[in-house]
Amino acid sequence: MMEQSVTYANLDNTIELKRKKKKKKSLRRECLLPLSPLILSLLPLQTLNKPWYRHLANEFARTFGSPFHRIQSSMILKFILGLFWYLLHIVVSLVHIWSYVIQQLRCYIISSGLFAKYRNFSLSRLRYLAVVVDSQEAKHTAKIKQLLSWLSAIGVKHVALYDAEGVLKKSIDFGQTRLRDRSAGTCLDGDVNCVTSRNYEEMSIELLSFTDGKEGIAKAASFLCSDHLKNDSDGCGRTETLFTEANMTKALKAVGYYGPEPDLLLVYGLARCHLGFPPWRLRYTEIMHMGPLKSMKYSAIVKALYDFSKKYQNYGKTICYFICS
Amino acid sequence: MEKQGGIVTSNLLGSASRLLRKCLFSILSFGPMPTHIAFIMDGNRRYAKKRSIKQGVGHRDGFTTLTSNLKYCYEMGVKYVTVYAFSIDNFKRDSSEVRFLMDLMKEKIDELLKQDSVINRYGARVNFWGNLDLLSEPVRSAAKELMASTASNKGPVLSVCVAYTSADEIMHAVQEVCRERRERLQREHGRVNGMGNETDSDVSVADLEQHFYTAGCPDPDIVIRTSGETRLSNFLLWQSTNSHLQNPVRLWPEFSLRHLIWAILEYQRVYSYLEDTRNLSKKNE
Repeated sequence: MMEQSVTYANLDNTIELKRKKKKKKSLRRECLLPLSPLILSLLPLQTLNKPWYRHLANEFARTFGSPFHRIQSSMILKFILGLFWYLLHIVVSLVHIWSYVIQQLRCYIISSGLFAKYRNFSLSRLRYLAVVVDSQEAKHTAKIKQLLSWLSAIGVKHVALYDAEGVLKKSIDFGQTRLRDRSAGTCLDGDVNCVTSRNYEEMSIELLSFTDGKEGIAKAASFLCSDHLKNDSDGCGRTETLFTEANMTKALKAVGYYGPEPDLLLVYGLARCHLGFPPWRLRYTEIMHMGPLKSMKYSAIVKALYDFSKKYQNYGKTICYFICS
Repeated sequence: MEKQGGIVTSNLLGSASRLLRKCLFSILSFGPMPTHIAFIMDGNRRYAKKRSIKQGVGHRDGFTTLTSNLKYCYEMGVKYVTVYAFSIDNFKRDSSEVRFLMDLMKEKIDELLKQDSVINRYGARVNFWGNLDLLSEPVRSAAKELMASTASNKGPVLSVCVAYTSADEIMHAVQEVCRERRERLQREHGRVNGMGNETDSDVSVADLEQHFYTAGCPDPDIVIRTSGETRLSNFLLWQSTNSHLQNPVRLWPEFSLRHLIWAILEYQRVYSYLEDTRNLSKKNE
C-alpha cells in the first residue's frame, strides 16, 4: 500500500513537472513570435545551407525542445549574425569616412599652394593618360569637359576617355573635330564602334568604349586568322612567327583598333574597376581610383599625377611570386 | 608528459581558432560572398629586406601565407582561387634567381602532392595556367602530375598562373582558334589555300574565350595585389572587366586573415555597383 502511494506520488510529480515545462515553452513562443518577420527578412540563404550551421542551429534548438522552437532558435541566430554583420560594415564605413576627411584636407592643402612640390613636378613620364568613367556619370557632359580642361591646364598632352556603353562618343562635341581614319574607311559621327580622336586645346583626346577592347582584339584575331589560312605552304614554321604579340599589335593597327598603352589610368566611379578598358593596352598601366565624377577635384588630379611621377617601375624583373622590389 | 600537454593545448587552441573563424565567416556570409578571388602575390623580397632575413626565407613565408589564405578562402566557401606565381616577364631576372625559383616551385608542388596537404584536405582541383613549355622539365612534369592527380576532384579550385601573361594567353587562344579553323577547312576541302569563305576566318569574342586557360572558370570578383602596387602587370586583363581591383599596402607574407576579411568587406560594400556594371556588360556583349 505504501509503495503504491509513493509510486502515485511520483507520477503526480512527473505530470506536474511536464505541465510546468509546457507552460515555459509556450511563454517563450509568445515572446519570439512578433520578431519573426523582422528576423526572416534579414538573412541570406548561404549561411542556412552550410552543414555546420544546420548542426549548430539544431543543437541550439534541441535545448529548447520542440520543432517549432527549432525554427525560432535559428531565427534568433540569424538575427544575431545579421547584427554583427551590420556592425562590421559600420566599422568599414567609419574608416572610409575618416580617409575621406583626410583626403579632403589634403586637397585643401594642395589647392592652397602651400607645397611647392605639387606646383612643380615633371610630367615627362606621363606620355599617355587614360580616364575611365562610369557610363551613368559620363552623361554629365559639362563635368567631362571640365575634367578635360583641368587635364589640359596641368599639361597632359594625350588623353584616352573610356566609358563602357559609348556614351562619351555620342555626347562629346567639340568646336573642331578630327576623325581618325581606319583601314575600312573614315568613320562617321553616329558610328559608336569608331575610335574617334579629337583635338582640344593642344591636347589630343581619344574616345573609347567597350567594343574597342575585346571586339577589337577579336577583329585583329580574324585578320591574323585569314592571313594564316591564306598561307598554306609554309606550315608550322610560319605559324610560330605569325602568332606573336608584335603581329597582334600590327593586326590591331590594320583593323583600326590600335592605340598607345596609357602610363596612368584614372578611374571615376564608385569602385576601383577598369570596366572593360581595352586589355591589350592595360598591361603595365598604373590604375588609380579617384571616386565618383560628381565629386571630382582639381587637387585630387594633381595629387594623382604627382604620386605617379614619383613611382618607380621594375618591369618584370621584380614582379614575381617570390621576388619583389 | 609535458609534450603531450603541449600537443593537447595546441589542439585545443586550433579547435578554438577554427570555431572562431567559423563564427566570423558565418557573419560575413550574411552579405554577398565572392565566388572567385585572384591574388597577385607581390612583396616577398621587400618583406625579407624589412625583416633582415634571406630572400629564400621570405619566399617560404610567402608560400606559408598562400596555404593559410587558401584554407581561409575554402572555409569561407570561395570556390575559385587564382594566384599569380610567375610571369613570363620574370624570366628576365638573373638566371641564378630563376633557377632558385624553379627549384622552390618544384619543392612546393611536391609538397602539395602529399596526402596531408591543404589541397587534399579540401579535395581541391589544381590548374596551372600559362605557357608551361617555358618551364624547366622537372617543374613542368611536377605541375602536370599535380593537375592530373587532382583533375577529378569536385572541391574548390586553385589556379596557379605560372609562365603566364594575359597577352600570351590571348595569343595562345588566337593560335588555337586558327589551328582549329585550318583543320576544319582541311577536313572539308582537302586543302586550305584558296578555299573557304571569308567567314571562315571570322573570330568572335566567344571563340577566343573558349580557348583561354581560364575557360570554364568564372571571372574573378576580386583581384588583390599586395604591397600597394597599382598595376595589373599583365594578369587576367581580359577577365577582370568587372572585378574589384584592390591594392592593400601589406606585403604578401604579412597578408593575414584580417586583411582577407577586410578585402571581402570592401567587396561587399561595392557589390551592388559591380553587379549593375556586370549586367550592363552582359547586355553589351
